[in-house]
Amino acid sequence: MSLALGIGLLAAAGVYLVLQRGMIRIILGFVLLTHAVNLLLIAAGGVARRDAPFFGGDTSSAADPLPQAFVLTAIVIAFAITVVMATLAVVGRGDDDTEPPPSGDEAPSATSEAAS
Amino acid sequence: MTPVIEALLPLFVGAPLLVGGALFVAPAHHRLRQVLGAASLVALLGGAAVLVLITADGTVLAHQVALWPGGIAIPFVADAFSSLLLLVTAILSAVTFGYLIASGEARSPSIASFVLVLAGGVAGALLTADLFNLFVFIEVMLLPSYGLLVILSRRGDLGGSRLYVTVNLLASTLFLAGVGLLYAVQGTVNLAELAGTGDDPATAIAAAVCLSAIAVKAAVFPAHGWLARTYGAASPAVAALFSGLHTKVAVYIIFRISAVIFEGDPAWMTPIIIVASVTLLVGALAALGEREMRPLLVFQMISGIGFILVGVAVFTPAGLAAGVVYMVHHMIVMGSLLLIAGAIEHTYGSGRLDRVSGLRTREPLLTAAFVVGALSLAGLPPFSGFVAKYALVQATAGGGQVLVAGLLIVASLLALVAMMKIWAEMFNGKRHADVELLAAEARIRQRHDLLDDAPVDADAVAEEAALAVERHDPPRGAETADDDPHEHRGTRVPVRLLVPSLVLAAISVGLGLGAEPLLQLAEQAAGGLTDTSDYVRAVIDR
Repeated sequence: MSLALGIGLLAAAGVYLVLQRGMIRIILGFVLLTHAVNLLLIAAGGVARRDAPFFGGDTSSAADPLPQAFVLTAIVIAFAITVVMATLAVVGRGDDDTEPPPSGDEAPSATSEAAS
Repeated sequence: MTPVIEALLPLFVGAPLLVGGALFVAPAHHRLRQVLGAASLVALLGGAAVLVLITADGTVLAHQVALWPGGIAIPFVADAFSSLLLLVTAILSAVTFGYLIASGEARSPSIASFVLVLAGGVAGALLTADLFNLFVFIEVMLLPSYGLLVILSRRGDLGGSRLYVTVNLLASTLFLAGVGLLYAVQGTVNLAELAGTGDDPATAIAAAVCLSAIAVKAAVFPAHGWLARTYGAASPAVAALFSGLHTKVAVYIIFRISAVIFEGDPAWMTPIIIVASVTLLVGALAALGEREMRPLLVFQMISGIGFILVGVAVFTPAGLAAGVVYMVHHMIVMGSLLLIAGAIEHTYGSGRLDRVSGLRTREPLLTAAFVVGALSLAGLPPFSGFVAKYALVQATAGGGQVLVAGLLIVASLLALVAMMKIWAEMFNGKRHADVELLAAEARIRQRHDLLDDAPVDADAVAEEAALAVERHDPPRGAETADDDPHEHRGTRVPVRLLVPSLVLAAISVGLGLGAEPLLQLAEQAAGGLTDTSDYVRAVIDR
């Protein structure tokens, strides 16, 4: 139950942040979203009915290792993409928002206007 | 022979990744990088062709990585469908890389590596039969794509790249959640073990989460808006590469999941046919409103995604086969047209319909390539588009969806109108006098490596334009009037930029005239999708 609540809370906060304008907030939102999904993967292993793997000697109730491997992979990938996104937030023209450039896609740049 | 090939399947992923990684660290000259990159892509192409030959008779190749027993191992599988797509993606990667070399964009040190890693990720996504592994390979595809987008972005503005990363990360996260839910319900993410489990409502919903996430990546309505913005901001060659690889891999996954997990259950195919119909119509209509060549083509591409998905939504053998044929046709033709747009933008510095004009009298090769691409896209014989659209309309009507078949024809007519718009404004119109200045400005920018919005001295542009006119259009006697731009017939687009699109146009003609082998392959692929027992047997030996 606490796991489900945690996933819900993280997902809600993540969605809220992703819908913001600034790139940094979007990145933080994605960090929360990927955490939510990681917890979901852990929950998929059936944590409620399983125990720690090495104590007690009973393998039938040992924790499922596969979701944990999934989570490990997902964390690494999410980390890499977070770094890429953080780079994108910094480089460029120093504009930290996702709006299209004021000139618009179709508008000719001022210089080509001048040149012609 | 077959066991050897099966054991080599992971090489389709491993080899490009390895070479790509080696090129990153090798202190090589850019020539060497380009040669090695091109050679690896051609080798990938050859390998994919071998796979197609082997799987053409319905053989399914499978390799259990590290020789774990089936069901535990992460499997690589090649059947007729995935082999065919692997071949076409390899063709597109090789041709686009050729364009990148021709346009000089491949000089940047990491481009060859990025393209190779991208090709390796695509091969992995097509060949894997494990949903979590699929997620990993999608990310392997995406990371070099981010690099290509940013490094070769057109205007030095990163808005498009940011949007692209954001949308794709959101879709990937959602897909991963779907995979987690599937594991929670079924205890496995192996596609073969999931075969036919779509009857169970909980499994169906989990798989539907995966499908929705992938539909975002495929730019299916209503999540299609990001595509025009991001592909318009990328370099034209990158847009051509992505259009053939990313969205089509997503469509491939939709085909695979619909076939293996849902087994074409009509209850689930009805929503797909609705969104597919809306996608093909919205894309075709939106294309008419564009004022630039590339966004126009990108909306046509979205329309094409709808066409392909109609094939899977009908889910008859004929419908699936038609969908596969359409997918192959669309990848080739869209690649060709986007590379033509790239050649125009590279030479004239703009793809705006109202600025570039009069190309017909000046650029015969470019015009020929465009005419082939445009007519093929609209679906006129003898090009591949005719075969694909004929098969698709026939299969859709045969599958009882007469209304959708009508929509397909309407959208094809709209595609023709969109192509005629490009033709009328860019090719057939009277050449504006300032086209020469545009081209001169583009050359100056390339020479000095300026961004698209950096200021350029107007006098230098005028001088460059005058030089070009002198060089290409020597006065032919007294009858040549300087003020008649139609008299300047010297071509401006270098042939090397046109070879890639001409190759793809030639393939389109070839597929139109000799469609029989492709149709047979597509029928074989469709057979593997309607009856997944061979696939399941190969993967988990059951």
